Amino acid sequence: MEDEKLLTLEKTAYELRKIALTMIYEAQSGHPGGAFSSAELVTALYFSELNIRPEDPKWEDRDRFVMSKGHVCPIQYAALGRLGYFAEEHLHTLRKEGSILQGHPDMKKCPGIDISTGSLGQGVSCAVGMALGAKLSNKDFRVFTIAGDGEMNEGIIWEAMMTAYKYQLDNFTLILDNNGLQLDGPCSSIMPPLDMSKKAAAFGFDTYDIDGHNMAEILETFEKIRNAKNGKPKFINAKTIKGKGVDFMENSLDWHGAAPNDEQYANAMAQLEGRF
Amino acid sequence: MEKGKLIPTRDGFGDEIVELGRNNKDIVVLDVDIGKSCKTKKFSSTLPEQHINVGIAEQNAAGVAAGLATTGKIPFVVTYAVFGSLRMCEQIRQEICYPNLNVKFACSHGGVTPANDGASHQAIEDMGVLRTIPNMSVIMPADYVSARKLCKAAAETYGPMFLRFTRDAVPVIYDESQEFEIGKAIQLRDGKDVAIIANGDTVRLAISAAEVLAGEGISARILDMHTIKPLDNEAVDACIREIGKIVTVEDHNIINGLGSAVCERVAEAGCGVVRRIGIQDQFGMSAPYERLLAINGITVDNIVAQAKSIC
Repeated sequence: MEDEKLLTLEKTAYELRKIALTMIYEAQSGHPGGAFSSAELVTALYFSELNIRPEDPKWEDRDRFVMSKGHVCPIQYAALGRLGYFAEEHLHTLRKEGSILQGHPDMKKCPGIDISTGSLGQGVSCAVGMALGAKLSNKDFRVFTIAGDGEMNEGIIWEAMMTAYKYQLDNFTLILDNNGLQLDGPCSSIMPPLDMSKKAAAFGFDTYDIDGHNMAEILETFEKIRNAKNGKPKFINAKTIKGKGVDFMENSLDWHGAAPNDEQYANAMAQLEGRF
Repeated sequence: MEKGKLIPTRDGFGDEIVELGRNNKDIVVLDVDIGKSCKTKKFSSTLPEQHINVGIAEQNAAGVAAGLATTGKIPFVVTYAVFGSLRMCEQIRQEICYPNLNVKFACSHGGVTPANDGASHQAIEDMGVLRTIPNMSVIMPADYVSARKLCKAAAETYGPMFLRFTRDAVPVIYDESQEFEIGKAIQLRDGKDVAIIANGDTVRLAISAAEVLAGEGISARILDMHTIKPLDNEAVDACIREIGKIVTVEDHNIINGLGSAVCERVAEAGCGVVRRIGIQDQFGMSAPYERLLAINGITVDNIVAQAKSIC
């Protein structure tokens, strides 16, 4: 991996965090914690791994990405805006009436959204359907989806995983944003996750345990997956930190779904800026 | 298919989907382990490369169908009506109707036709629930011929659609030459004293009732309202304007099905009288199909009685 590319991607992840936080601040509504935990994963996908054409969002051979934990969409919108899927001025309209940037991703309103999500678990099922569609049509595109660890409580995800195994969807990658916290408390107390990698392996997935904030490791894992055309779906267990990048947000339940006030926003932006 | 022959409408779907799949490789049947019962065996053996079985996982079937639809496929999710509406209801709403994806639900065991299976399998709320979801079309054909034709129309028309079939045999009513359009009622008989608006397996009862009424000097118009959404407002309005007396008949709860849809129109017109015949807002039980209909007053005799009560 070239150092320069790596550094650029690492910086981009923080740029996206700043854009996402600004969106949430301006909307005074949104979910910064999970947006920040998935920032490096989203960055690596959109700015390195996905075969996409921002100027042609519906290009039928594109790789698909489904943000199954739809509530963290500001980080995805930040990436889409940066890539030119829509004019950056839209980034100031999150959750506002008439906006293409709905509170949860809307494929009909926002270019670059491959499926509408927001009801947890369902995005994974849809992503499996997309990967299956590629196989049925003998197309080479791949499908990535990010699910939250709390989201893994949803039974439909495990139904979808069984389908991914049955139809040998090695073009499907489920990325777990494993930040350890869900809305009502730690995942371990809400619904004990046990070892998610072992569970996924038992469902027939190739599994990869990584640090979800280590850009080099994320990219290496994507490369391994790209080359593993073995008929098995892929599961990346990405250990992450909820609120990563802002000290008072890190590992805090309070920032699952809260917008910063003026002071908190200034403090957070300074911290994010200070990283590079 | 000769008129009067007894055959379940699920067979119409099972036969037609094979033809549709042969002619359009984008059509995919998605089973949930009741394909045999829902008549997709012919499809899965003839067109295995267009057939998916996700096992007993209805919610995932809807999600996978949505994903497939985004890649250009036309998925037909095949299950029983109770599961193809209620068990996957929120997936239908969020991932199919909200983004307006081209997914069809082809559901056998509509109404009380899964009679001896008992209440768990009898779909009495399905059409009403789905009727309230934007973008969804809700259809119940009356016989084998219309089941085939409406399946074809559904495959050729963009958008989410719910098609509901019978487990039990019902008589063939239509000539093969009859044309069907989604959202356009078929007038089976004209009359001036009362309009009987029915759909699905109750159309045959409406036809018999009209004959009885004719014998008593009452002239009945019969509409097969195979699509309850979008409702054929023009046909209902004509009944209100020209007759003003309407009996609705359906194998569905009288709440929120065909009867309710007609009443909404009549209420807004500000004139006209309606009598609703259907499931009396009560769960079923294991019993013969015709017996379950009778318990709820879904009979020729009751249609006649209700018609006479307003004539």
